[in-house]
Amino acid sequence: MNLEEFRNFTIRDYHALFARGELSPSVLLEAFFRRIEEVDPLLHAFLFVNRENALERARRLEKEWKGRDLYPPLWGIPVAVKDNICTLGIPTTCGSKILEGFIPPYNATVIERLERAGAIIIGKTNMDEFAMGSSTENSAFGPTRNPFDLNRVPGGSSGGSAAAVAAFEAPVALGSDTGGSVRQPAAFCGIVGLRPTYGRVSRYGLVSFASSLDQIGPMTRTVEDAITLFEVISGKDERDSTCAPYPPFSREEIPPQEDIRTMKIGLPREYFSEGVDPRMVKVITAVLRELEKEGLELIEVSLPHTNYALEAYYIVAPSEASSNLARYDGVLYGMRKGGDRGLQDMYFQTRSSGFGPEVKRRILLGTYSLSSGYYDAYYLKGMKVRTLVRRDFEEAFATCHLLVTPVSPVFPFFLGERTKSPYEMYLADVFTIPSAMAGVPSIAMNCGYEDGLPVGMQIIAGPFQERVLFALARFVEQMLSLPLPFPEIGPERRT
Amino acid sequence: MENIYVTIGLEVHCQLLTRAKMFCRCSTDYIGKTPNTLVCPVCMGLPGALPVLNRKALELAIKTALALQCEILPEVVFHRKNYFYPDLPKGYQISQYDFPIGVRGVLEFTLQGVKKRVRIRRVHVEEDAGKLVHEGPDLRGAVSGVDFNRAGIPLVEIVTEPDLHSPEEAKECLVMLRSIVRYLGVSDGNMEEGSLRCDANVSVSLSPEMPGTKVEIKNMNSFRSVFRALSYEVERQTELLRAGKTPVQETRHWDEVRQVTVPSRGKEEAEDYRYFPDPDLLPFCIPPEMLQEIQATIPELPLQKKERFMREYELPEPEAYILAQDRDLAEFFEACVREFPSPRAVCNFILTEVLKNLNSLNIGIRESKVTPSMLAELLKMVERREIGISLAKGIFEEMFRTGMGARDVMLKKGISFLTSERDLEKVVREVIEKNPQSVADYLRGKEKALHFLIGQVMRATKGQASPEVVKNLLLRELSGGE
Repeated sequence: MNLEEFRNFTIRDYHALFARGELSPSVLLEAFFRRIEEVDPLLHAFLFVNRENALERARRLEKEWKGRDLYPPLWGIPVAVKDNICTLGIPTTCGSKILEGFIPPYNATVIERLERAGAIIIGKTNMDEFAMGSSTENSAFGPTRNPFDLNRVPGGSSGGSAAAVAAFEAPVALGSDTGGSVRQPAAFCGIVGLRPTYGRVSRYGLVSFASSLDQIGPMTRTVEDAITLFEVISGKDERDSTCAPYPPFSREEIPPQEDIRTMKIGLPREYFSEGVDPRMVKVITAVLRELEKEGLELIEVSLPHTNYALEAYYIVAPSEASSNLARYDGVLYGMRKGGDRGLQDMYFQTRSSGFGPEVKRRILLGTYSLSSGYYDAYYLKGMKVRTLVRRDFEEAFATCHLLVTPVSPVFPFFLGERTKSPYEMYLADVFTIPSAMAGVPSIAMNCGYEDGLPVGMQIIAGPFQERVLFALARFVEQMLSLPLPFPEIGPERRT
Repeated sequence: MENIYVTIGLEVHCQLLTRAKMFCRCSTDYIGKTPNTLVCPVCMGLPGALPVLNRKALELAIKTALALQCEILPEVVFHRKNYFYPDLPKGYQISQYDFPIGVRGVLEFTLQGVKKRVRIRRVHVEEDAGKLVHEGPDLRGAVSGVDFNRAGIPLVEIVTEPDLHSPEEAKECLVMLRSIVRYLGVSDGNMEEGSLRCDANVSVSLSPEMPGTKVEIKNMNSFRSVFRALSYEVERQTELLRAGKTPVQETRHWDEVRQVTVPSRGKEEAEDYRYFPDPDLLPFCIPPEMLQEIQATIPELPLQKKERFMREYELPEPEAYILAQDRDLAEFFEACVREFPSPRAVCNFILTEVLKNLNSLNIGIRESKVTPSMLAELLKMVERREIGISLAKGIFEEMFRTGMGARDVMLKKGISFLTSERDLEKVVREVIEKNPQSVADYLRGKEKALHFLIGQVMRATKGQASPEVVKNLLLRELSGGE
């Protein structure tokens, strides 16, 4: 069986083959394992491949469902999971040395829901340490490479999930997005990535980076599959107080295609400024023209606090992180170093050697921002800016249904290109941070290629308006009909 | 010698009597349990685990604040208090900061009959930490363990203004506070088991205008140690001042063995807890009807009860105060009075005999085998002069030990009803018949002869009759019958 035959498949297509008896979950799984064996030594998308457990589960599913052809939504579908989502009995490292060897004794809510829907966890994917980064270069276990060009980064922090789905090592994946960590790597790898409304998906079992911003989202090859995953993982959870008390999303909520043509699309002026790569603007503008031809109205809008959102984010997110990461102290789990010279020594050595430089940088930033005497000037001010950013979006959505922007101002950059300057790296998320700060949903999707690299387009909707988000994304996907990625990956492509 | 001016403020923590912990569903019944058996990802602070507020904890904290006449803030906000310690699994404690549950309350108590009033600065709710264990089967050498069974149990923290002016006042204030939390059923207030903990700030000054230096005292594990630690500290600071020195602003630990306070090690500089609102918990708006519902569950409190006892039962203040301190004892008293309407007698017996027996076993009235009706029955027999008070005390001890009623104890002990008035008359007549000389002596005016006769009756009844009754019977018989 050649996996390439499935490159344009959605989950529904696998189910059709399962139902006809032409394919089984274990055979499908084996095919993905072979693909992982073939390409992952070059890509390094996975930190852990769940070989034995996954195969066993596939066979059990086959036995349980023998003779039935009506499947739960993810039945038999391998799902790659970002390594900051707790998986019972499967290592969860967050890309950090400090959690090396940590095996959670419980499943995250999203994992429970995936498994209840019949999914098979194929493995855990690489990421920037504790989701802090935009290139996956901050992983303590080595970077992931972009399947379109092995010299380039896949984006981050969910770079492992993005690369795995783009390289077809897994059909779908979960990532997490704090300031763009699902959408930016999705754009860099030419796939679909959804950041749901804050509170739409339970965070229980997602290792916290910045609690008021973290959201888990699907990373898929098609909008259709993103919808399917979102239906499964969304909905209220009594174990997460910040999870909204709404039922799971249903595709029935998505407005019909003909309604799209009457929609007003806002183009925020601040997102098409000089800092954006002109080749990217060119591709996106072409798509927008086509939408206009389809009858959609385009209007210019303004999100005046865009420039402050990034600054405020780098106050608020590190503040929460400095507290969230205090638990890695060598006492209960994970790495422990030193201690012969007392408690302080153990803390000092464990945290000094367990955390990488970017994590330390953000812990220091956050600790400083929360310190007495600085709290008002930093954390409190940051939260006030956040309110202004949220208001920007409220005002914009009073005049249009959706916003369309680039995902990142830049194309996937070369490994090492931005590691020397943290600020340069932070700028890669400048267009994904504001909507995260506002808590509104947005989706990144491929809208074309330039010089062999994917161009990402971002659609942003009002809070809990995923239904409209999906409507436009699906419309654009069908309108463009781009081939889904199946990049040739071999050592010869390493330049 | 010049006057000294003592200023004391208390910071009291009470474990709240919820079945589940504050942010997870683990049991709070941790006393005597194997370490780390009442834990889950949430209270162990595992990566990814999130807190979900137990509303019951909030209700009990609000109840406490209402009983202390606090203003209740409309929105409950939880803050993270960040610091590193091995018993703190998340590296921060979920607590409250600038929006506590209640502020500006009042606590009243009496000390030697004098009414005292302490302002309450704030009442807030927070989670308890785990416990460091230094001895145990798995611990060898210089190794310490951490038991997280206690981690996440809800605590209410009550902070008073520095309105207390002596160790006696501080202790009495704490006793009243314990009494109130027990009345409310929000905490069992047991200092020895650590469900009530008290820290104190003490300063001593030689002039009422000059504030002293605040010294924080920790590690006081009983009411007695609160009193002793504060007395020691007041004395220590006074001596320093008299020697022309100034006490250092610091935290000191009460050393129970050596009976002294010693400076705590480390933590010299003021710690910065970097409080900020916990983003895992949304602010909780208290609906007005919730406040009303909680207010309706607040019972008559100790001071109100004391005043009612004085009014209704005409009890003297000190007795009423002691009875009212213990809700169970007060209820026992009232139940007993309903069956035996002689409040003074009931009160006296309770405050002497009942308390003596309870204290000897270190139990509360609830755990004793004697019911109010049983005590009423016993006291009725005393009133009817069937038994004397000293016999009654002995019978009560037996009732307390066995749970048997007064009459059963008498039967079992062979006291029978010989000592009842009619039987006693028989004995009295017999003694008169057998001792004509003494009778004659008495009739001639020899008072001593009467004492001899009483002694004879007492001997014949094995000391079980009331001498008072015997005397009256003898007098009646000797004066020529009816």
